[in-house]
Amino acid sequence: MPLLSELREGDQAIIESVDGTDSIAMRLMEMGLLPEEPIEMIGRAPLGDPLEYRVSGCQISLRKVEASRISVRLPTQ
Amino acid sequence: MTVPGSKSETTGKPAVSGKKTHTSHAIAVIGNPNTGKSTLFNALAGMNAQVGNYPGVTVEKKVGRFRFQGREIQLIDLPGTYSLSPRTADEMVSVRVLLGTQKKAEPIDGVICIVDATNLDRNLYLFSQILDLGIPAILVLNMWDEVLKRDIAIDVQELENRLGVKVVPTSARKGIGLDKLKSEIVSLVENCSKADFIPPKLFPDSFREAKEQLQEEVEKRTGLPLPHFLAERLLLDVHGETEREVLKEDQSLNSFIANLRTELASKDCPIPAIEPRVRYQWVKQTLDGLVTKPEQVLKTKKDTLDQWLTHRFWGPVFFAAIMFLMFQAIYTWAGPLMDAIESLQEMSADFVMDLMAPGALRSLIIDGLIGGVGSVVVFLPQIAILFLFIAILEDCGYMSRAAYIMDRLMTRVGLSGKSFVPLMSSYACAIPGIMATRTIEDRKDRFVTILVAPLMSCSARLPVYLLMINAFIPNDSLFGTWIKTQAIVLFIFYILGAVVAVPIAWLLKKTWFKGEPAPFVMELPSFKLPSIRVVFDRVYDRSKAFVMRAGTLIFLTTVVVWAAGYFPGDHQKLDQVDAQLEGGTIEEGSPAEDQLQEQRRVLAASLLNESFLGRAGHAIEPVVRPLGWDWRIGVGVLASFPAREVIVGTLGTIYSLGGDVDEEDPQLRDRLKSARHSNGEPVFNIPVALSVMVFFALCAQCGATLMVMRRETNSWKWPIFSFTYMTTLAYLGALLTYQIGMLFIKG
Repeated sequence: MPLLSELREGDQAIIESVDGTDSIAMRLMEMGLLPEEPIEMIGRAPLGDPLEYRVSGCQISLRKVEASRISVRLPTQ
Repeated sequence: MTVPGSKSETTGKPAVSGKKTHTSHAIAVIGNPNTGKSTLFNALAGMNAQVGNYPGVTVEKKVGRFRFQGREIQLIDLPGTYSLSPRTADEMVSVRVLLGTQKKAEPIDGVICIVDATNLDRNLYLFSQILDLGIPAILVLNMWDEVLKRDIAIDVQELENRLGVKVVPTSARKGIGLDKLKSEIVSLVENCSKADFIPPKLFPDSFREAKEQLQEEVEKRTGLPLPHFLAERLLLDVHGETEREVLKEDQSLNSFIANLRTELASKDCPIPAIEPRVRYQWVKQTLDGLVTKPEQVLKTKKDTLDQWLTHRFWGPVFFAAIMFLMFQAIYTWAGPLMDAIESLQEMSADFVMDLMAPGALRSLIIDGLIGGVGSVVVFLPQIAILFLFIAILEDCGYMSRAAYIMDRLMTRVGLSGKSFVPLMSSYACAIPGIMATRTIEDRKDRFVTILVAPLMSCSARLPVYLLMINAFIPNDSLFGTWIKTQAIVLFIFYILGAVVAVPIAWLLKKTWFKGEPAPFVMELPSFKLPSIRVVFDRVYDRSKAFVMRAGTLIFLTTVVVWAAGYFPGDHQKLDQVDAQLEGGTIEEGSPAEDQLQEQRRVLAASLLNESFLGRAGHAIEPVVRPLGWDWRIGVGVLASFPAREVIVGTLGTIYSLGGDVDEEDPQLRDRLKSARHSNGEPVFNIPVALSVMVFFALCAQCGATLMVMRRETNSWKWPIFSFTYMTTLAYLGALLTYQIGMLFIKG
């Protein structure tokens, strides 16, 4: 299963699961990063990190560490 | 479903049992970040909000008021948040205010929740938690102008029906819907009681049973009833603030809660993931079929503008340009204004001088009061200009991009991108820099940023650097003709603070502020033109906060230093000389005047020598000797603890020039150069000058900064800590500089 952090710019995917039960995982879910939600990778910061995504109509930035806690599946699979 | 708050139930008459009978009502204001909440708050309450702190936390208490239809409504602003799950004591304040259990906050009659109407899916998450509180609520769909602009259709009437609360579309920026909102608030406090607001049943039965068991158990053990909302939080927030507080009462509840959670997990109700699952499900159901967005809104690519501003190459270039412009503006635009304030200060001093005879009272008014107020007000132009920039950058949406671009670099020190702008601002002045840390939500990151901000080389250090460099650093050319040693030394001192801040921040993050790094989950709001009203409001708010809160304390410190420098000397002779000088009988520029002036300088210097401040200087001489300083530098440094730029004036006085000198005064430079120890050795040489500069680079000599720190952290602990660590650092730095420098000279 690919991780959200592995998507390339322009890739679209669907969130499978958010790893963990700590406050970071909760924060991600409160921001709308939920299973079955479609997500698109739209860019990265000039130094390579953090990354930028579009999810439920919003642009959200995540660091690689945080994005790698989210498993996704590509829509065609 | 009936809509609570509709006039059908009661006929608008208050004083039904259980309702407030007095005319002032309190309404809490809450909302997600980036929803225009503070703009709406200002639009409703005007500019006269009272600002204070809740006891024991860093949360600012902001209360505004408005009158409408004969009712007085108090608005209590709560910090912007994505959810009401309190993870820290600071976040608990909002929950307490809403539950009516917060100290120094009166019980509320209702809450208005501000959401971004263009993004209801996400924003209704917080609102579903608000509904769980079971208090009278209104949903405010802000940014309605954007909804219209983007051709989004929202069925407000049906949304009201489904939610069972009043829904009011507004645009705070354009002033749309404000009267409607005011009248709904008035009708909410007149017609609604808590009984009308029953929380929707979101969670499965197994969860509700567990919650009831928990409520019973907690009441049995602690004797205190646990409100519905807190019981939910206790069960849902693993290691949250509710858990911490309840376990403080009874540690043994830990296993009881753990058992409930395991049991729930086995019933397909995993804690804590169940909460976002059921709430977002509720949001989806509630909004189903109510919102239609045109195709292109759903599918817009990343904005073209955004693409450029976060571009691999152009992003940083633009960022550097903005930072340079901001920095430059603070320096150059503030200059004339600061000069104007200073001349106003001089004019009022002259005015008092003409009015009063020389004496202690006049000295208090001129040197203490006018000088003290002046030392506060003179910072205002820089603060206002910095906040003008920050407000524009924030309002147009660039600020979060700046954090996004700088994050990688700042994580090396253990901070996040959000610390960059406050630290950069501290280069102009640490006061607005510290105030700008409000944008950092993570408490640990915010405190570390506040604690290292005063190390950045602020503009008040410049006079000291210029004086010392001009007097003692030879202006040789290096590498051809246009690189001068003086410029290089100035540059080194400019970056010294930032270089020292790196290990300090790292250490603080490893010790006191240890913990998992704050996540960088941040919304990048879409770009929009900044609104003049919003920008003006913010600049005014911050400037007022500075003058009102820090101003009084800075002023007091200045008066104390004035008194230490004035007493206990006998000022009779000096007053006589002053009276002669001002009497109008002596011709200006005549030899008689020069003689009197010289007499005045000598008298002033000897009075300072005998004052409490002068005595303290002599007393600390053994301490400052190892830094290469004589007692006079010691006094200068002591007197400049409230404000470092005071050193120039004090050195002037002590090296018997009288107080009115600035760093460009050739006489002061010459006096410093010719100053001698009692054994005939010159006081100053290059190592001494460098040692003084290092001390000023690293020391917390700014009462105003410490006061602002106290205000922003709501505790004396952190200003005291900053003061201690910076003074120690400054002393050691100056000691090393002088001792190593002397080795070179002797060797």
